Amino acid sequence: MSDAIVTTLRTAAMYKSAYKPIWCPGCGDYSVLSSLTKALAMIAVPPEMVAVVSGIGCSSRIPAYTTCYGFHGVHGRALPAATGLKVARPELTVVVTGGDGDGYSIGGNHFLHACRRNVDLTYIVMDNHVYGMTKGQPSPTTEPDWDSKLSPGGTGVRPFNPLVIALASGANFVARAFAGDPNGTAAIIAEAIRHPGFSFVEVLSPCITFRPEQRAWKELAHPAPVTATDDPARAAHRIMTDDGFNIGVLFAGRRVPYPIPTGKAQCTPADLETEFAP
Amino acid sequence: MEPRTDKPARTGAPPSRRREAGAAHSISIALAGSGGSGVMTAGTLLIAAAAKAGWYGLMVRTSGPQIRGGEAAALVRLGRHPVDTLDDAFDVLLAIDWQNVNRFVDEIPLTDRSVVIGDADEGAAPEVFTRSGARQIALPFKKTAKDIKGSWTNMVALGVAGALAGLPMGALETALRESWKRDAALLDANLEALAKGFAAGGGIVGVRSIPAGIPGRGRRWVISGNEAAGLGAIRGGIRFVAAYPITPATELLEWMAPALARVGGTLLQAEDELASVNMIIGASYGGVPSLTATAGPGLALMTEGIGLAVGAEIPIVVVDVMRGGPSTGIPAKSEQSDLSFAVSGLHGDAPRLVLAPTSIADCVATTQWAVHLAETLQAPAIVLSDQFLGQSRAIIERPADIAFAGKRVTAAANTPDYRRYADTESGVSPMAVPGTPGVVYTADGLEHNEGGTPSSNARDHDVQLDKRARKLERFDYGAMWADVEGDGDSAVITFGSSTAAVREGVARAGETGARLRLIAIRLLAPAQPEQLAAALQGVARVLVVEQNHGAQLFRYLRAMYDLPGKPASYHRPGPLPLRPGELAKAILLWCGR
Repeated sequence: MSDAIVTTLRTAAMYKSAYKPIWCPGCGDYSVLSSLTKALAMIAVPPEMVAVVSGIGCSSRIPAYTTCYGFHGVHGRALPAATGLKVARPELTVVVTGGDGDGYSIGGNHFLHACRRNVDLTYIVMDNHVYGMTKGQPSPTTEPDWDSKLSPGGTGVRPFNPLVIALASGANFVARAFAGDPNGTAAIIAEAIRHPGFSFVEVLSPCITFRPEQRAWKELAHPAPVTATDDPARAAHRIMTDDGFNIGVLFAGRRVPYPIPTGKAQCTPADLETEFAP
Repeated sequence: MEPRTDKPARTGAPPSRRREAGAAHSISIALAGSGGSGVMTAGTLLIAAAAKAGWYGLMVRTSGPQIRGGEAAALVRLGRHPVDTLDDAFDVLLAIDWQNVNRFVDEIPLTDRSVVIGDADEGAAPEVFTRSGARQIALPFKKTAKDIKGSWTNMVALGVAGALAGLPMGALETALRESWKRDAALLDANLEALAKGFAAGGGIVGVRSIPAGIPGRGRRWVISGNEAAGLGAIRGGIRFVAAYPITPATELLEWMAPALARVGGTLLQAEDELASVNMIIGASYGGVPSLTATAGPGLALMTEGIGLAVGAEIPIVVVDVMRGGPSTGIPAKSEQSDLSFAVSGLHGDAPRLVLAPTSIADCVATTQWAVHLAETLQAPAIVLSDQFLGQSRAIIERPADIAFAGKRVTAAANTPDYRRYADTESGVSPMAVPGTPGVVYTADGLEHNEGGTPSSNARDHDVQLDKRARKLERFDYGAMWADVEGDGDSAVITFGSSTAAVREGVARAGETGARLRLIAIRLLAPAQPEQLAAALQGVARVLVVEQNHGAQLFRYLRAMYDLPGKPASYHRPGPLPLRPGELAKAILLWCGR
C-alpha cells in the first residue's frame, strides 16, 4: 500500500483529542478547532509530526484538544517557543495558536520579529477584540469606546491592524478568516500551512459571552472580492481601506524562508579544541 | 565575625614588606593606555608568548565605559604554577600614554617595589600611581616605533614587558609571527620594534624575576572563561542556542555561533531575552539540548520562562555571566551578586539547578556538567559564571573531557498507557520527543496530572510538586558538587570566581601555621546537606567568602545547612577582585592569629 493511499484515509476526527474544551457555549474557537483538524486532515500529515504551540488565553487551550504534540507555554511567548522548535526540528509541521491579547499585546514584539524572521510557521490568531479568560478587558484590537470595568468608558485608544503590521513586518502569507465559516477557514489554514515561510491567519472568532454584539459578524463577513496579491504594498492598501470583514487569502508572498541549518556536522567537538592550543 | 559590609581590612604593614605565598612564583604586569593604543593586543601576545615558554598566566581585561576609544588596561599575571587570580599589587605598570589611565588606580595597586614605566614624551606618571613610592622609568616607546617605519608602539611595549617578565625573546617572536594576519613587510618592522623594546626592558634592573617556565608538561591552552563555557556546552551536547547580546556574555555567544555550525548545531539571535529563553525551551521540547547565555538583566527577564521549564519539565541551560548589579549596574565589571536571585528568583515552588565554575578552566567542566544534569533531570540549570571568568584569558592545562553528555530519558513509540508526568520513584519520567508516534502529549506550564492534562486538583498539585523536587533532591551528584582541599579544623567556604583568590589566601595563611580547609561549592542548588556535613567533619568553624555586598552565599548557607560554630562572613562587592593578601589577612584575623 503506497503512502498516497494511506494519507487519503485521514479524517479530521483523527486530529481531535478526547478532552472536552473549557470554552463557553457559542464560542468561535470551537469551530476554529474544527477547522484546524480539518486542515490537518487535508494536508494528511501524521499527527505526531505536528506540534501545536500556544501561549495563554482561551484560544491557547487548543493544543491539548488535538492529537498532535502540544506545547502550552507562558503568556505571549508562543511564537518564540515555536521558532525554537521549528529551527531545531525542521521536519515537524509547527502551528501556533492564540488570541489577540496573547499575540498582539504581551507578545507583540515577538509577532513583529516572527514576521520578519519568516521561519516556516503558521500562526492562527483567534481575534475577538477582548480578553476573555480574565473576563472582559480591552485588547489591542478593541474599539476605543468599548466600555469595561478596567477601562470605564473605553480606552480612548485606537485599535491596530494586525494584518497590515504583519505585511509591514515581512510575513509571507496573510489571510483573514471567519470562525462562522469552518470549511472556508479550514481551506485557508491548509493553504497557510502549505505556504513556505511565516503564514499569518487572523480568524475573526466571536466571544459572545463578553462581546455579544459580535453575533452580527455573521452578517458582516463576506468573501474578499479580489484574489491574493504577492505585492505587500497593494495588499496593505486593500486591507487598510476595506471594511474589516473581507475574508480570504489577502497576500501570498515569495520571500525565502529563514534558512534552516542542515544539521550536518563538519567536525567533532574535539576538533574545536585546536584553536586553544598555542 | 558577623556579616559585614565594611571595606577590606587594612594591612598592618605595606605589602612590599611581606613575603607572600605564590607571589614569589609570579610576576604581575599592567599594560595600560588609551583606546586604540593596542594594550589588549600586547597583553594577548604576552600571554601567548608565556604559553609558548611553558608558563602559566592570566590576563584580565578592564576598560572605561566607552565603546571605543576609552582607556584600557590588560592586567597580566604570569607564573610557573597555574594562575587563576590577580595578585595584591603589580610589579610593573607600563603605560603607552597616560590619558585617563589614572581611572584605573584602584584596579592597578602598586607598592614601593613596583616600577612605573611611561613614554618619555608623555610626561610624568600621574601622582595617584607615584604616591605608592614606585620607581619611575621613562622609555621612548613612540619615538622607537616612529624610527622603524611601519611598526607600532604597542610592540615596543610588548618587548619591554616580555623582557621584564623574563620571557625568552624567541617565545615573543613566535607569538607575534603566529598571530600576524597583515602585510608580511610590516611584520619585519614590528619584529624589529619588539626586539628594540626587549633590549630596553632587559636594561631595567631590580624588577622581581621568577624562575623559568616548565614547558612540555601536558598540552596547554590559552582560553577565556566565555570560550571555555561554550566548549563545555558543546561537549555536553548542546546543539541549539538562542540569545540576545549582553555584556559580558556576548563573547560566549560569538564563539559558539561558528562552533555550533561546525558541529551541526545552530545559534539564533533572538529579539529579546523573553524570546531567547522560550526559543530554547521550544527547541529542547523538540529533543535538542539547548542553552542561552546572558547577564543579570537578561536573567531577570528570563525568569518566567525558567519557571515554565521547571513546570513543564523541559531541560535548558542558562549561563549567567554575572556583572555588577542591580539594574544595569556595572556592565563590564565583575560581581558575584546574582546568587540569591539564581537560587530563589522564580515564582512558585520551583526547584532548579544552580552551578558555579571555580576557575576559567572549570568553566568547561561545570558547563558540561550542567548540560548533563539538565538533560538527565529534565530541569533548568543556571550556570553562574561572571565577568572576571568570562572575559579573562588564561593559560591552562587542557581540561580533560569529563565525558558527561546529555542523556535524556525518552519515551519509546507506542508505549502503552504513556503518561508524560508519571509519578516515578526517581521523579524523572520519560519525555516523548515530537515525531514519536503513540506517545503524544501536551507540555504545559499549567499544573497538570500525570498524563499532562491541566489540573487544579490539590492531589495532582501535591504529587507534581513533590515529583519535581524529588528528582533533584534524590539524585547522586557525586564528588563534583564541591572542591574540598585540606583537612584543617577551620573551613573557608566560597564559590565561583572567588575560589582562586581564596585558595591563594588560604595557602598564604597556612604558611603561618593556620590549619585550614577550603570548600568551593560547585553545585549551589539543590543544597547538599549530607555532602557538606561530610566535608565539614572535624571542622570547628566556618568563614564564608564571596564578592557581593549582601553576603548572599553566607545567608543561603545559613538557611540551608547546619554550620558548625559561629559562622563568619567576609564579603565585599565588585568591581574590584578579591585579593589573596586581603583574604589571608582576613583569614588570620578570623583564626585569631
